[in-house]
Amino acid sequence: MPSNVSAPASGERRHRRSLAGHIERVLPRLVIAPSLGVALFFVYGYMLWTFLLSLTNSRMLPQYDFVGFAQYARLFANERWHVAATNLVVFGGLFIVSCLVIGLLLAIFLDQRIRQEGTLRTIYLYPMALSLIVTGVVWRWLLNPGLGIQAMVRGWGFEDFTFNWLVDSDMAIYTLVIAAVWQASGFVMALFLAGLRSIDDSLFQAAALDGASLPRIYTRIVLPSLRPVVFSAVMILAHIAIKSFDLVMALTGGGPGYATDLPATFMYAHTFTRGQIGLGSASAIMMLCGVLAILVPYLYSELRGQRHG
Amino acid sequence: MANMVRRHTTSARLWRTGLYTLLIVAALVYLLPLVVMLLTSLKPLDDIRAGGLLSLPSTISFEAWSKAWGSACTGMRCNGMSGYFLNSIAIVVPAVAISSFVGALNGYVLTKWRFRGANLCFALLLFGCFVPFQVVLMPMARTLGWLGLASSTSGLVLVHVVYGIAFTTLFFRNYYVSIPDEMIAAAKLDGAGFWRIFWRILLPVSGPIITVTVIWQFTQIWNDFLFGVSFAGFDSQPVTVALNNMVNTSTGVKEYNVDMAAAMIAALPTLVVYVLAGKYFVRGLTAGSVKG
Repeated sequence: MPSNVSAPASGERRHRRSLAGHIERVLPRLVIAPSLGVALFFVYGYMLWTFLLSLTNSRMLPQYDFVGFAQYARLFANERWHVAATNLVVFGGLFIVSCLVIGLLLAIFLDQRIRQEGTLRTIYLYPMALSLIVTGVVWRWLLNPGLGIQAMVRGWGFEDFTFNWLVDSDMAIYTLVIAAVWQASGFVMALFLAGLRSIDDSLFQAAALDGASLPRIYTRIVLPSLRPVVFSAVMILAHIAIKSFDLVMALTGGGPGYATDLPATFMYAHTFTRGQIGLGSASAIMMLCGVLAILVPYLYSELRGQRHG
Repeated sequence: MANMVRRHTTSARLWRTGLYTLLIVAALVYLLPLVVMLLTSLKPLDDIRAGGLLSLPSTISFEAWSKAWGSACTGMRCNGMSGYFLNSIAIVVPAVAISSFVGALNGYVLTKWRFRGANLCFALLLFGCFVPFQVVLMPMARTLGWLGLASSTSGLVLVHVVYGIAFTTLFFRNYYVSIPDEMIAAAKLDGAGFWRIFWRILLPVSGPIITVTVIWQFTQIWNDFLFGVSFAGFDSQPVTVALNNMVNTSTGVKEYNVDMAAAMIAALPTLVVYVLAGKYFVRGLTAGSVKG
């Protein structure tokens, strides 16, 4: 039916083909409509719904007596929320920085014509295929003071060796960092390696001919050109950090006490087990604000970058 | 890159040796948890209590594996992981199939049948990749209740399809953008319609992106915990939730070897996919995140 795509022909022909032509014209929109509807309802509608819930004093069940922003006031006065938010800053900060440093170093080292590079890359990256629950379970076993790493090193003759962060409420948050970095740093390595491989080799040769040393080439030429990769990596890692839930549940359960609570576990505990749906919804909205605070500048710079070529 | 600076001096050789040592040590550190998990799962409990994470088992025993599979306790029940493993499969297969198919259609429309507002449409869909799922948990729980899907496998399939579409659409859209529009225009001139072009022209060249999408969705959904723990009932819990329950079950003697065997069972499917199709896995990760 070539007439569908060309300009309208004579009135008679147009009439004869109008039904089929009409269907054909709206079909693409008809096909995508369900997905759009789903997104509007299940993403945007739910965001609004949760926001409304956060303005009520819902407890065990949602109800709609609006109390303004009282839940947010309660949230910010809540000691446990403070711990969770502080933990997120500590955990997220250390997690992102460690992943970037380890990922970058591994990528640079791997980029030196290494034999068996593929094997090494596979090994660095495999944790990313695992469930965070599996990661949590394994690290909980490794880090348990009784039979884990502490016991093993003591068994080697270092009787005073102590590594009991898992049960130390001041240090437990760092066990989350260790496990999360183990899981995600290989992924950052893969991002950086792809970035390194896309740098023009002639840049290198020119710099080497000018007599620049290797460290100098890396700090002056390579690192600046990896800036977009760093941006993307920070963005992804921050996103992972804010959403972290599984790892906490499996590794520390939020404990000792609530020492390793993160906003995600705070939200879950208050919404589903403590009968504080209003407060839990307020914390969920705060998490959304956190994601937007990272996403908006990122998208802005991405779009601006595209426009300027 | 960077290897034109190749001097065959002692310092250069030292640098290479150091480099390899570092890379290998790093590889060992990454492997350690997997090795310990496997070793522990093959040891009798007495070996474990004797200490030595890395010591080899005195006798290799698969008892822990069979117990983890068939008779270990997760919470109140003692039927092992097998049922939950099957639950996960029952969730993953339809959810991956539906979300990938819908994503392919969306990508096709958004690139080859562009209409006014197509870009806005894509942007609206894309935000689904970023939304923290905590924001949708409570409304989703209510909706599933109203639909009569609470605690059911179908409910979980629905949830995973709904929040998977954003990613699958992104993958297919970015792939189809690179397929020349002339091919589509020529087919239209030949009288091919919307569906015919999709089945006959687009789908046959979609092999790589289908692989990437299916692997991505499979890994995401198999590894999901949040939706599983929030929406599943006793009979529909996925394997991750069961694993977490098993490890946290505190009755009786703690059998670490069984825990580790259960963790291996939960990890194996995605691990196997990664080993067999690592290239596609990496491509999904970078596509799903860098341009996400």
